Amino acid sequence: MSEPKPASRWTLWLPLALFAGFVALVMVGLYRPADREVASAMIGKPLPEFALRAAAADRPGLSSADLADGKPRLLNIFASWCVPCAVEAPQLAALKDQGVEIAGVAIRDRPEDVAGFLARHGNPFSRIGADDRSIVQLGIGSSGVPETFVIDGQGTIRYQHIGEIRAEHLPLLRAKLKEAGL
Amino acid sequence: MTITPMKAKHQRLVLALIALVALIGAGVLAAWALRSQASFFYLPADYSANPPEAGRAVRLGGMVEKGSIKTAPDGVTITFVIHDDKARVPVTFRGIVPDLFVEGSGAVAEGRRQPDGTFRADNVLAKHDENYVPREMKDMTTEQARQAIEETS
Amino acid sequence: MIAEFGLAALWLAAALAALQLVAGALALTSRGAGLGAIVRPVAMVQGVLVAVSFAALVLLFAQTDLSVELVAANSHSMKPMIYKISGTWGNHEGSMLLWVMVMGLSGSFVAAVERRLPEPTMLATLAGQAFVSLGFYAFLLLSSNPFTRLSSPAIEGAGLNPLLQDPGLAFHPPPLYIGYVGLSVAFSFAIGALVTREVGPAFARAMRPWVLGAWIFLTLGIVAGSYWAYYELGWGGWWFWDPVENASLMPWLAATALLHSVSVLAARNALRAWTVMLGVVAFSMSMVGTFLVRSGILTSVHAFAVDPERGSFILGLLALNIGGALVLFGLRASSVTEGERFSATSREGALVFNNVMLSAILGIVLVGTLYPLLAESLGAKVSVGPPYFNPVGAIFAVPMLLVLAVGPLLRWRRDSLSRIKLQIAIPAVLLVGTLIWAASQSIGVLPALGLALSAALAVASLLPLRGRKLRQVKLPLWGMVTAHFGIAVALLGMASDAAFTTERLVAARPGDVVEVGPWQVKLQRIEPVAGPNWTALRGDLAVSYKGGAISELHPAARTFWAPANETNEAALKTRWNGQLYAVLGQQADGGRWQLRLWWKPFVPMIWYGGILIALGGLLALFGRLASDLKRLVARDKIAYRRARQGR
Repeated sequence: MSEPKPASRWTLWLPLALFAGFVALVMVGLYRPADREVASAMIGKPLPEFALRAAAADRPGLSSADLADGKPRLLNIFASWCVPCAVEAPQLAALKDQGVEIAGVAIRDRPEDVAGFLARHGNPFSRIGADDRSIVQLGIGSSGVPETFVIDGQGTIRYQHIGEIRAEHLPLLRAKLKEAGL
Repeated sequence: MTITPMKAKHQRLVLALIALVALIGAGVLAAWALRSQASFFYLPADYSANPPEAGRAVRLGGMVEKGSIKTAPDGVTITFVIHDDKARVPVTFRGIVPDLFVEGSGAVAEGRRQPDGTFRADNVLAKHDENYVPREMKDMTTEQARQAIEETS
Repeated sequence: MIAEFGLAALWLAAALAALQLVAGALALTSRGAGLGAIVRPVAMVQGVLVAVSFAALVLLFAQTDLSVELVAANSHSMKPMIYKISGTWGNHEGSMLLWVMVMGLSGSFVAAVERRLPEPTMLATLAGQAFVSLGFYAFLLLSSNPFTRLSSPAIEGAGLNPLLQDPGLAFHPPPLYIGYVGLSVAFSFAIGALVTREVGPAFARAMRPWVLGAWIFLTLGIVAGSYWAYYELGWGGWWFWDPVENASLMPWLAATALLHSVSVLAARNALRAWTVMLGVVAFSMSMVGTFLVRSGILTSVHAFAVDPERGSFILGLLALNIGGALVLFGLRASSVTEGERFSATSREGALVFNNVMLSAILGIVLVGTLYPLLAESLGAKVSVGPPYFNPVGAIFAVPMLLVLAVGPLLRWRRDSLSRIKLQIAIPAVLLVGTLIWAASQSIGVLPALGLALSAALAVASLLPLRGRKLRQVKLPLWGMVTAHFGIAVALLGMASDAAFTTERLVAARPGDVVEVGPWQVKLQRIEPVAGPNWTALRGDLAVSYKGGAISELHPAARTFWAPANETNEAALKTRWNGQLYAVLGQQADGGRWQLRLWWKPFVPMIWYGGILIALGGLLALFGRLASDLKRLVARDKIAYRRARQGR
């Protein structure tokens, strides 16, 4: 049979070249927006004003004034229907045992579900507000559950933690709380 | 008409070249068509500062202004305003809006600019749930969130 | 226990895949020849183990075992049983397990039944299959373990997206996955043939049934997915050029091209390098599609989660598999000798044209799908939709369909158009006639072309049967005719949906009558109804076609509570000549309800045509398998006779 032609030899590498272009493009798309997690633009800014009714029978509701009483604390956004929120329960309990005050906001939840969730996984919260329309959540620049914010004594957002708190996150959170004046 | 088989040593080359030309043609055509047919995403500020040509398909994303949703007497045409902190764009839409489309929340309207500067939407998408934000809206949501709360709380 | 058992089976299957790769590769060298004997059994056991692992996950979902993270995150105890089971693959981890299961099973199937390939090519093929599988096992076990336990069991699951709670959605992914991953066999065959340089008619005949099988499932999966989107999304459209749809269309286009080029290779020993190339490309498109969807790099209604870490992992796998195969192709394809030659006007010529056009369409879909990504890296945000895909795709689809009408009438090797001019006169007249009629009807350019091509193709696709005794026509020919006729049928549905659909959008009071096309629709009342995990407002519509018998339709707006979400359930009334499509909207002032109605003439033809296309594939597959079996039996008989004579 005939010898392969030089001209058709380089065409054989063309698919590989096209594929390399695809990989390059996708890598750009994958890594360029390094902060895929939507960081809050609210860090360093005061909390917006809000007042939420109580989400659980044995804890008071939550307003922005409660978070500006001179004492730094954590603000935890959670929901009973959220699985990772159950995962972070032991870490929240540990923080509470170390004297950190934690305020909770339950997103789009029902009182009986919240009660069941707290009975099951423990209740580390001093106050729990019910955010039925995600208004506070959006207002503080949170895009999902769970998220946890470090709030200083003046009610200013100091740090935002996205996703569940795992054991390895605890030192960082404690450091951020210390920076906030705890 | 009878076509004799091509010269032995040329057939593979010719086939490869034909395939190449067709594929490059497809690529060039695609690039050209994409320049004119891809629909761009606008925030209200961009839309006002640098409006798209009338009649061109674009997407407009922002917050639905509180108090702006009005239903026409026919019961199926609605008008509302999509805004950000810099600009407001009036939108008309004939159709069934998603259930999560409410005042003060994020929405994306797909449609065209009318000669009078308003926007006619063919389709309206609402922010789906707290776990899902359209990719195009991620930058905007945080900027707008503060405003949303000022208006709703 | 079930979760741990499933995980153990998965690890064991991965270990066997590693063994299969090493033994297969060593067996190709002179020193490891003895290892060849274990490759086939290992491949079979590996397939069984991964199937066991998948069964374990299905069982966990069926029992709603909330101590397993995946179940807790994606299921709910109150969900109906079929959705509990379909929840298994309605999420990232489960769908990847389904993926590796199909891959393992097809590998073991090849190992068990494929006897036509020379042994070295077979070993290289199984090693290639193991190589690809191994990457996906690693992905599953290291970054997407479906069997992870929660430290404390959840009290209730987080449900399934209600938009996804639907029989169409629940059951269209499995055939799609069988199709996607079935193409991995063609990929491995191509690798095996490149390694041993054995590309010829025997290779093509061995590869063809596997390609056909995967292609049939892919076709059915696309048809089912399109119908699901049509009635579930409630927008009246049947194809949205959504990245997920494109992800299924691209491998289908490549597999269709492969199916045709493999026929040329089997019958005429031509298009050797090209066929191998398509074998690589078809499965590569499956992987690229999966990557685009799973990485969340393109937003889509179907995407599961945005997770750059998983995205990087799959991208690495892609680079390794596809890049490796293409490097092998670049190195080896030039030493694959050139095949038989043919003239431009011949069956081969038409098939080459079809292949080039299919590849061009594939390129256009790929570019359109990736363009938003490209634009974003340049700082612009765009979305690409029908205004791009429809006309640009049509530029290549129209010539392809014209050649499709003529190609099957041509002879192999060399032919002339003047020989068949009488036969193609009828479709040509139909084509021109329909176009002239459409021009007088103010129908758009694309729908008019679609209608004309559909009419011409419907007749032309039957012409290969002309002058034959129908009883003696072989199954593969029946298959081709059926599939090509199916394309004409589907095209009729698409074109008439675009050309003749009428739509009404009104706010109606109970008692009002709305006319849409030939239908009269009376809104009788709106009533609340309750389902297992939703409540709904349901409209009672009495509809009648041209004043004939009245039937009831019940479009509804459903509210789900786990997770909270709302969906519109469209209601459909199908007649032989079209479908009435009704959607209930929101309440308007004055006790009125929004009602959106479409009359879509001949729209079901889209899916009937798709089913015909798949049926054509099935007929061809049966035909090929039957003749292969006959050949095998004859060969065994000869061998048996020889053995007896020798004794």
